[in-house]
Amino acid sequence: MAGMSADSPRGTGPGSPDRTVDPQASRWYDADAGPVVRPYAMTRGRTSSASRHRLDLIALVVPEPAADDPGRDQTLAPEHVAIVELCSDRPQSIAELAADLDLPVGVVRVLVGDLVEDELVHVTRPVPPAELPDVNILREVINGLRAL
Amino acid sequence: MAFGRSSRVKQRPVEPVTLKILVAGGFGVGKTTAVGAVSEIRPLRTEERLSEAGRPVDDLAGVESKTTTTVAMDFGRITLREDLVLYLFGTPGQDRFWFLWDELAQGSLGAVVLADTRRLEDCFAAVDYFERRRIPFTVAVNTFEGSERFPTETVRAALDLDPEVPLLVCDARDRSSVRDVLVAVVEHALERAARAREPVAT
Ligand SMILES: Nc1nc2c(ncn2[C@@H]2O[C@H](COP(=O)(O)OP(=O)(O)OP(=O)(O)O)[C@@H](O)[C@H]2O)c(=O)[nH]1
Ligand SMILES: [Mg+2]
Repeated sequence: MAGMSADSPRGTGPGSPDRTVDPQASRWYDADAGPVVRPYAMTRGRTSSASRHRLDLIALVVPEPAADDPGRDQTLAPEHVAIVELCSDRPQSIAELAADLDLPVGVVRVLVGDLVEDELVHVTRPVPPAELPDVNILREVINGLRAL
Repeated sequence: MAFGRSSRVKQRPVEPVTLKILVAGGFGVGKTTAVGAVSEIRPLRTEERLSEAGRPVDDLAGVESKTTTTVAMDFGRITLREDLVLYLFGTPGQDRFWFLWDELAQGSLGAVVLADTRRLEDCFAAVDYFERRRIPFTVAVNTFEGSERFPTETVRAALDLDPEVPLLVCDARDRSSVRDVLVAVVEHALERAARAREPVAT
């Protein structure tokens, strides 16, 4: 899938002890990988790269119709599939996905970036800071809170 | 892609506008409790893992370890309408994570600074932070049993608060109390926004 091939393969990162690494065993879906190594192994060591738009914590991930059956795409990691599935009932924010999947926010950003590239999801832009505060939105928030 | 686009006709889900309010204050002042009191979901935890590249060196000077640092933030959600969702973020307490606040504060509608009158100085840093960045905020004095009830004017003076900054007394465990604090934040943000729009009078 797009984006997965560009970076150097993950092997002996700072977190991995000095041992012979079987390239197969170090694949990102290896369930035996330790909890420290694993999230970054999953993204092949990529962190949210500067070229990607940094996704806001409250940006919402919305599945595209093409994502009806993400399990059919063999190139997706189980975590990619999990993200699509979590968003299928209602769009989920980056923060919610990170909490639900128990993954660091940075890892979720990378995974969602992959899904965006594959056009399986799109991401909403929160109200840009320059447009805040919009008086009408603020009024609606006040009314909504009062009605709680 | 392995699968086609024939299902385009499927109805698209509503894409709500998302907004956030920060809940700041000293260690153990009730931030998580306040978020939980109004959130429709149990407060969630998310971890931001700070890599070498992502963290300003100065802020972590003295930390000898090179391993990544993990900072937990908790947050809650209030669906105000199908198309309007408010997220609340409890800020990480430690001062050395100010730079994370910057990301949280970016685009936020406003902030609540929770204060405990037994250790008011714990919230000075948060008050300074929001003042300097001109983020609308209110101070909410969380009333713990056994803490002395000071008149709000005394607290206001001790914090050297700008007169326009609302100061309320709240119970972080009480939903309607926290809701009132949130309303005060947004009303304050609204007043500011409305004033900014008016042509300068006189
Ligand atoms: N009596 C009383 N106890 C409270 C109130 N608010 C919070 N607490 C208690 O104070 C303790 C700390 O509350 P938290 O909500 O965890 O505080 P916090 O600000 O999130 O703490 P940190 O994240 O560790 O900085 C918990 O045991 C709460 O139950 C309150 O209004 N009254
Ligand atoms: Mg807390």
